[in-house]
Amino acid sequence: MHEFVRNTSIIARREFVAYFSTPLATVFLIIFIALTGAFAFYVGGFFERGQADLAPFFQYHPWLYLLLVPAVAMRLWAEERKSGTIELLMTLPISPWEAILGKFLAAWAFIGVALLLTLPMWITVNVLGSPDNGVILAGYVGSFLMAGAFLAVGSCISALTKNQVIAFIVAATLCFLLVMSGLELVLNVLRAWAPGFLVSAVSSMSFLSHFDRIAKGVLDVSSLVFYLSLIAFALFANRIFVELKKAD
Amino acid sequence: MAVLIEASDLEKRFGEILAVDGISLEVKRGEVLGFLGPNGAGKSTTMKMLTGFLEPDAGSARIAGIDVSDEPKRAKRQLGYLPEGAPCYGDMTARGFLTFIAEIRGFDRDEAKRRVAAAVEKTQLSSVLEQKIETLSKGFKRRVAIAQAILHDPQVLIMDEPTDGLDPNQKHQVRRLIADMSADKAIIVSTHILEEVEAVCSRAVIINRGRIVADGTAEDLMRRLPYHNTIAMHVPAGRAEAVTKALTEFAAIARVETVGTANGRVRLRASPHAGAPIPSELAALIRSRLIEAEEVHVERGNLDEVFRQITTSDAGTSHA
Repeated sequence: MHEFVRNTSIIARREFVAYFSTPLATVFLIIFIALTGAFAFYVGGFFERGQADLAPFFQYHPWLYLLLVPAVAMRLWAEERKSGTIELLMTLPISPWEAILGKFLAAWAFIGVALLLTLPMWITVNVLGSPDNGVILAGYVGSFLMAGAFLAVGSCISALTKNQVIAFIVAATLCFLLVMSGLELVLNVLRAWAPGFLVSAVSSMSFLSHFDRIAKGVLDVSSLVFYLSLIAFALFANRIFVELKKAD
Repeated sequence: MAVLIEASDLEKRFGEILAVDGISLEVKRGEVLGFLGPNGAGKSTTMKMLTGFLEPDAGSARIAGIDVSDEPKRAKRQLGYLPEGAPCYGDMTARGFLTFIAEIRGFDRDEAKRRVAAAVEKTQLSSVLEQKIETLSKGFKRRVAIAQAILHDPQVLIMDEPTDGLDPNQKHQVRRLIADMSADKAIIVSTHILEEVEAVCSRAVIINRGRIVADGTAEDLMRRLPYHNTIAMHVPAGRAEAVTKALTEFAAIARVETVGTANGRVRLRASPHAGAPIPSELAALIRSRLIEAEEVHVERGNLDEVFRQITTSDAGTSHA
């Protein structure tokens, strides 16, 4: 167990530093902060609402993650395969799980950094009024969990291709479907022909409905289980894809 | 001597293609095995199975007595591997990369430092340690990858084309490095540069279409060569017939051929009977200029020809 933690953290550290050795980190962080701010102030009407909360800020996170998280995830395995370093990595004395988890945690921590950099939003709203900081904390936790779920899907797709652009597009599309599956627009199309259990299954898969609840301060078990099991499932698929595709 | 690398009946299929078709071999401590074969023969695939990167479809691989499929982590600890193309993380500095490898190999901070320093010295990387690997020349990149493989001083070293893309000096360096390490390790080196086999390998295996078609020392392989030990000479065009006649009179000479004509000189090749040494009388005759020849030399044959002969003939499945 000790060895598992050690190896995973060595992999994660390498991977985390790798983000900052290219302009990707800077570009990502700037765009993330600029967009979360812009959406909250201009689209969400942060000031006009006259309420001391961060709802207009969190509201657009699913849509931002849709594009930004696959950009973080796309290189995780596609680059290893393209450059051939996967052969090096997988012949080191580590288990595949240590590599998969290490990479995933590094990317997740990177998104965590991006989220932390939005703390001025939280400070602003506390200066301007007296918000319910518990709800805001729940919002951050929910946002981070949701990012993790997007990321696990992205990592899993990244293991399927050597091409980062393809990894990005496929992951973004999948994430889009996962977000959209909660919208009435989609559910109505389904209701026309699908049995009821399928409709509710699809709607319960939605990132949006789970995130909405968390963002309102309801950090219930079902949403936690939803995101965590989605992460577990995607990483499990990731493991299989790495095994299947590593030699191509 | 302990057998450190052991493959038994390894098989690997990619779709319809049987890439490796029952390869068995053993490499003992102190041996450097040259792994030869044309592109696509199954060299790299075999190495990937030996190192645990690929799971064999049938058969098994053992490193230092440990089955690679059953206990991959333990087996991989005994192993240094230079994959084909010497992949490294290009966004890291050479020092950062080697330190990462040392850490993942389980060395603590001080030991990791010491190991990195030792590997850097052996591969002469100190001048580029702080540079990003992607900015390095091909020769340096390869040496970083080699440093990575030897960092933990493994008992077993498997290197896929270690000198590919290096200049002659660097090739020489890498070969010397391999030779220096060979005493207490079992090493497999794949290559298609045959001089490399003569330079560093104590044994050579030729594989073709996923099977071993020859296994022996470099000399063993050369003995299979049609022109091994033949005498090549240039004689003035007018003297060719007389010299041919004189040579044919020797009982030791099986036949004399005219190979070509250039610049008014004829190139002759005299082949002794299989395996027979060149008779000393013949050497004396040439020296005394009774056989009038400019430029005489004994052809050792070269591995390239054995290689071509073995890998292009359909019947090339006999074992040496």
